[in-house]
Amino acid sequence: MTAKIHRGVSLYSFQEEMFLGRMTVEDCVSFAASIGAKGIEVLPEQNMPTFPNLTDAQVEEWKEMVARHGCHFTAYDMFLDTKRRKDRLMSDDEQVESIKRDLLLCNRLGIRNMRVLVFVRPDILGRCVPYAEEMDVHMGVEVHAPWHLEHAWILRTIEEADRLNTKHLGILPDMGIFMKHYPPAFRARFERQGARPEVAQFIVDQHEAKIMCEYTIYEVAVKMGGNKAEIAMAETLRHAPYANPKRIGDYVPYFRHIQAKFYEMNEDCTDPAIAYDEVIPELVKAGWEGTLSSEYEGNRWIQDVHEVDSREQVRRQHVMFERLIADAETKFGAKEQA
Amino acid sequence: MFDKYIIDPTTLRNTGPAEAPTGFAFESKLGYYRGLGLSMVEELNVGIDGEVLPREAVRFDEGPGALTLDEMETAFDRRWAFGAPATLYVERAGGFPKGQHKLSLQQKLRISYMPFPSFNNDEKVIDFAG
Repeated sequence: MTAKIHRGVSLYSFQEEMFLGRMTVEDCVSFAASIGAKGIEVLPEQNMPTFPNLTDAQVEEWKEMVARHGCHFTAYDMFLDTKRRKDRLMSDDEQVESIKRDLLLCNRLGIRNMRVLVFVRPDILGRCVPYAEEMDVHMGVEVHAPWHLEHAWILRTIEEADRLNTKHLGILPDMGIFMKHYPPAFRARFERQGARPEVAQFIVDQHEAKIMCEYTIYEVAVKMGGNKAEIAMAETLRHAPYANPKRIGDYVPYFRHIQAKFYEMNEDCTDPAIAYDEVIPELVKAGWEGTLSSEYEGNRWIQDVHEVDSREQVRRQHVMFERLIADAETKFGAKEQA
Repeated sequence: MFDKYIIDPTTLRNTGPAEAPTGFAFESKLGYYRGLGLSMVEELNVGIDGEVLPREAVRFDEGPGALTLDEMETAFDRRWAFGAPATLYVERAGGFPKGQHKLSLQQKLRISYMPFPSFNNDEKVIDFAG
């Protein structure tokens, strides 16, 4: 039996420590290796200070550094500055050129998956497909909340990939779309900012009941006379979808990498908010092969009162991944590698 | 996401002649999880005790040389790297006031994938000896 789901981390997870100069990129890679998360997702615009200019020597240094820790690159997170100029948006040709620039650097780094920002137009990506094929890089449009797998905008990318009959365009799900429970870290932050506990509880209950967010926002803002923190908390519900985990198997041909978003792990290595316990069995059942890449985004919710310990949070998530993958493989049987 | 860290209060200093400062300077980091081209930094609003200083009084230098905010709009080949301190120079006769005062900074950024501008706000109460 060969595990088909691999574990990795996005360097995004350590943004707090890197921003403050407390960890280098190599510290992050070394830590990832220490917990068996050998796949490294990189954000060149975060992690490579001379971006977009990288010499061949710099590219080799990166490859050697990652290999020195027994790790490998999994994905490259691109950005597209359509608003680079104040006076006008980038033209279509300029957008294509910018994406090609990233495809080339991605290829030079030996990375075969590129995370594409969700706002990039499917027809622009369609124009980039021949070059992505030449570079052998899969362009995966990030399915990020409040979008979800079956959002019409996402389906346009799927249609474009089908129309072009290409394996180099698809999606890249961000697990934030499976927010089954309201994150306790969000609630605590809003309470520190002045949300009354009973109003916070109302918002949590409304989310738990999956009531469409606009009802809750109106209730809090108008009927309950919500204060600034309470209204802001209610408005987070616009970005808190719980997509159906049972549908993810349908999209397996279109993705090879997952951004394993999370906000906080419990001490017992369970996630209080995101339904990994429902998603991972579906991935195993579908025989999906790819990397679950940790994307810790909890720092901004706790940094006002706690030291942020991204390593401990990521470590706990990987204990959970190992457990859920093993349980699902026992239940469904791991599929042999082709 | 990094608002509380964007002013480094330990770097505040006056500029110009010591006996008659013409302004002050301090270091700032970009409150964003990646670097950004300077053309997308729309405003750097510096304030003292709640009073915002004129846009023209502020210059920015991430290393190669100071630019005004107007000049930054077309500085397409320059970037403010992630986690990297840059220096803000602010013209103000007399420099930063002595004693306990509040220094504030608002960064207004044009982030292409967001439907609205992004604002980062920080303020630090500083006991300044001059």
